[in-house]
Amino acid sequence: MRPTEVFAPAEPPADGQSARKNELAVTLRVNGESVALQIDPRTTLLDCLRETMRLTGTKKGCDHGQCGACTVHVNGRRVNSCLTFAVMHQGDEITTIEGLGRPGSLHPVQAAFLEHDAYQCGYCTPGQIMSAAALLEEPCGATDADVKEAMSGNICRCGAYPNIVSAIQDVRSER
Amino acid sequence: MEMFAFSEAAGVEDAIRAGAESGTAQQGARVRFVAGGTTLLDLMKLDVERPLAVVDINGLPLDTVTKLTDGRLKIGALVRNSDLAYHPDVRSNYAVLSQALLSGASAQLRNMATTGGNLLQRTRCMYFRNRALPCNKREPGSGCSAIEGENRSLAILGTSAHCIATNPSDMNVALTALGAVIQIEGTAGKREVPIEAFFFEPGDTPERENVLDPGDLVTSVTLPPPPQNCSQVYLKLRDRASYEFALASAAIVASVDNGTFSYIRVALGGVASKPWRSLEAEEQLYDQPVDEASFRRAADAALAGARPQSRNGFKIELAKRCIVHALGVATAS
Repeated sequence: MRPTEVFAPAEPPADGQSARKNELAVTLRVNGESVALQIDPRTTLLDCLRETMRLTGTKKGCDHGQCGACTVHVNGRRVNSCLTFAVMHQGDEITTIEGLGRPGSLHPVQAAFLEHDAYQCGYCTPGQIMSAAALLEEPCGATDADVKEAMSGNICRCGAYPNIVSAIQDVRSER
Repeated sequence: MEMFAFSEAAGVEDAIRAGAESGTAQQGARVRFVAGGTTLLDLMKLDVERPLAVVDINGLPLDTVTKLTDGRLKIGALVRNSDLAYHPDVRSNYAVLSQALLSGASAQLRNMATTGGNLLQRTRCMYFRNRALPCNKREPGSGCSAIEGENRSLAILGTSAHCIATNPSDMNVALTALGAVIQIEGTAGKREVPIEAFFFEPGDTPERENVLDPGDLVTSVTLPPPPQNCSQVYLKLRDRASYEFALASAAIVASVDNGTFSYIRVALGGVASKPWRSLEAEEQLYDQPVDEASFRRAADAALAGARPQSRNGFKIELAKRCIVHALGVATAS
């Protein structure tokens, strides 16, 4: 077997912080807990959550900010975790689907998704729910069209959109 | 993605010093600043951007919107697109900017993307994004695959024989209609560049997109005092209703006195190599009656210099109708 091609910079970074070459020490706050990590600077927040921290609720779809499956909250705001480096988030409060609610104490959006059958295959669902939970705190008009516009950054290939909209509207009507 | 050295800029001077190590601030830069990351990470994953050093500038104090004593509005380069779009001053006095920002990308991306980053947003031309194919912007002299290629979404104004890439930003179109000025700090000190002089048409050097040199950091964007008695409209036409780039867009800032235009700015997006101010359309509208015939004359003038490619000829009429409709909305009483 041929060895995997190794990409290396012309001059190795002199980070001075890491025992292992090219890795940086970073402490992330995820779902209320601080975790000290050694990570390659190329690691996206998405890959750090999934591969390093084994929080696989956050999904990888396109990996280019075009589908929303990787949506998490950073300091309460929804972002695409695939388009940011993990090392940029020291000190930030990161919330993933695992930290939004728990079995037995679901977030209202999670409960509404169950009640409205707002998914089919479920792959986009964590991103949809994280997006919807953030939407509750954003400026957003009252109509279904307003919700569709605000949720356009989350793509669902099954086409669960109508039930996603009704789940979100249900939660908003209770607030 | 190739390996890079990561660092956090401790201050503006620190960022400038780090950036100055690069041979260019344009395509092929060895040092890149990262703010929101939405363009940079996307292109680094495609190996279109291969910096040896990435400098995180998110800690710099450039994240506020300030009303200056002379009435101008100063927008820090790190102000997020969502914060800018919903800023009370922007919503009430620069509505075209708020509309343009909210028509772009998604809520998640707008929470990440910054004013400076949106300003420097790169083209969506599929050949620029694909290293397997020639592209003069990515690799000077390699040729343009888009001419005679898949060019449906590409530019018809301000192109050259070497590049027909479109500037994809909505924000830039509104900033152009509002007469924004870009503040830059670099190794030679501070300077200000009006947005119309900030971007270059591709010409013979499509890899050079703007005035930035190594070490230059966009620190803020200022808007002139709010245009008085003006209505402002951003109209964006695209293949789907949301989360899509413009095929054609128009930003209008207009004032009407006694049934004729007393002030007018027209800027176009989705059809040009850079955010496109149409002086031709504005000249056709000044002192003219507010009616469909005037709008159509302005639209014809704006697109008179259009050079369609094999698959984007439809954009000429689309852009014209975009201008006509936007002028109609802006002047509806």
